[in-house]
Amino acid sequence: MSEPIIEMKKIEKHFGSVIALSGVSLKVMPGECLCLLGDNGAGKSTFIKTMAGVHKPSVGEIYFEGKSMDFDCPRDAIIAGIATVYQDLAMIPLMSVARNFFMGNEPTKKIAGISFFDHKLANEVTMKEMKKMGIHLRSADQAIGTLSGGERQTVAIARAVYFGAKVLILDEPTSALGVRQTANVLATIDKVRKRGIAVVFITHNVRHAMAVGDTFTVLNRGRTLGSARKGEITSEELQNLMAGGATLATLEGSLAGTI
Amino acid sequence: MTETTSTPPVSTDKPDERVKTRSSFRQALIRPELGGICGTILVFTFFLLTASDSGMFSASGVMNWSIVSSQFIIIAVGACLLMIAGEFDLSVGSMIGFSGMSIALLSVVFGLPMWMAIIATFILCMGIGALSGWLVIKTGLPSFIVTLAFLFILRGLTIFAAISTTNKTIVGGIKDAAEGDWLAPLFGGKVLTGLFQWLGDNGWIETFERGFKKGQPVVDGIPMLMVWAVILLIFGHWLLTKTKFGNWIFASGGNAQAATYVGVPVNRVKILMFMFTAFCACVFATSQVIEFGSAGADRGLLKEFEAIISVVIGGALLTGGYGSVIGAALGAIIFGVVQQGLFFAGVESSLFRVFLGAILLFAVILNTYIRRMITGEK
Repeated sequence: MSEPIIEMKKIEKHFGSVIALSGVSLKVMPGECLCLLGDNGAGKSTFIKTMAGVHKPSVGEIYFEGKSMDFDCPRDAIIAGIATVYQDLAMIPLMSVARNFFMGNEPTKKIAGISFFDHKLANEVTMKEMKKMGIHLRSADQAIGTLSGGERQTVAIARAVYFGAKVLILDEPTSALGVRQTANVLATIDKVRKRGIAVVFITHNVRHAMAVGDTFTVLNRGRTLGSARKGEITSEELQNLMAGGATLATLEGSLAGTI
Repeated sequence: MTETTSTPPVSTDKPDERVKTRSSFRQALIRPELGGICGTILVFTFFLLTASDSGMFSASGVMNWSIVSSQFIIIAVGACLLMIAGEFDLSVGSMIGFSGMSIALLSVVFGLPMWMAIIATFILCMGIGALSGWLVIKTGLPSFIVTLAFLFILRGLTIFAAISTTNKTIVGGIKDAAEGDWLAPLFGGKVLTGLFQWLGDNGWIETFERGFKKGQPVVDGIPMLMVWAVILLIFGHWLLTKTKFGNWIFASGGNAQAATYVGVPVNRVKILMFMFTAFCACVFATSQVIEFGSAGADRGLLKEFEAIISVVIGGALLTGGYGSVIGAALGAIIFGVVQQGLFFAGVESSLFRVFLGAILLFAVILNTYIRRMITGEK
């Protein structure tokens, strides 16, 4: 636990004349859940896309397991062990759970020199991995479309973990989910963390962050506004930090503490 | 705070009580081909009742509609895989005309040996397929538009090439050029002729009773066209359902972005499928040219729509990511049987289109319903 699995140093990202990130730094330990909070437009998405290899940072360095890394495409990051679960782009609804699970990493077996997709193995592994995450499938053949949103997120997380992710980036996995499904996803995050995988959890819901987070980093307008460890900060303080302090405090008064 | 997130109530070996068990019969029914299967049964029932005494189900009758169905299967397999990969090819019909003309001009006018003309045409057409795929990917335009452009470009080039070299739109003399060639029989020949002769000699199948063909069976072999249809059908089905690449085809059509994120080479998959569609069009055209002994600049007109209709009847989703090669083949069989069957039943041939439209509508409505059952949406 002494060495961070991934460390981002003074990352800056410019899109033309727009400065999306101006010097964000953070580090994540193995088995730790880092919550990245921030309001819309704070730069959360740009930051994780830099981490996942979608964008190249304009300035700044990325250290993965102590080594400086330079990702050219998402595939590089995936091979290194950084997996990202996007909120809506994770799964293909008309394909079966097993086909989705192994998409891009299909197991094959050779029969008479011809390589076949090993459906039997794919189905078995999918059923087993999903059971570990606490989801019971009727069969691995059923279409992803029959699963709920939370279950789909769980399939995506289970897939990333199965294929050897060391860092798991979750882009607002709970924002479109109901209470019970959110609980399922949070429970899954907890399970993943206990396996020693570092989790970067993006959210703008403070309660979800407090439920599973070990450390919290708040971004605002492309800068790090502050970082705190679990127990050092209350959810109210976190909420205020995210919204830029005073304005929310007055708003909160008129809304009688409902946010 | 982690303790407050409750794990869902899970008993490890009992199935979830909220998951209703489904009967295996229902399970077997819910598949993309169901619409095609129902349509095929319906069509055959209809013609068995109305045209059974017209010779439609005699050996030569069966051969008649099987050949037409095989033609549709050949182009439907290509269109099916491409549609599942999320793209369209509207230039199939023009490609058929173009490749047929290319073979004719290269062999008859420019005097290349037939095998060289055929191979050169295949390379040229797959190159054009790759070009249209590359354009679709590079420009990000809908393949509908790009291939619509190729529909006109290829048709125009075909007519231009024929007129400027021979002053005609139909180029003949292919039979002579193909004489003794080793590759041509692979497209225009017949197999199992010995077996059919033997069956005829034993009186198990019809033979000619008069004329110079006396004693020869009416159906004297399986045309290579049908062999190609079966090979392409098996290959397409195997590729789609049994291989890693098949999963990539589904993924590319289902959601190209999601597929890219997990490392599926979406662009390569799509371009290869455009090339495969061109290959299928080429097989169709070569068989036709060798069979007829001539190439016409207007060959293959409207074939792209017939291929797409077959695929859609077979249960594929127009937007990609879902479908079945077997279904597409059933769609093609429905198409062929209806087209030839109405002739046997003595029905006015213009009613063919009415019938076809009705079947298309019926199959697509059924397919939409099946798909909703599969994805669980209501």
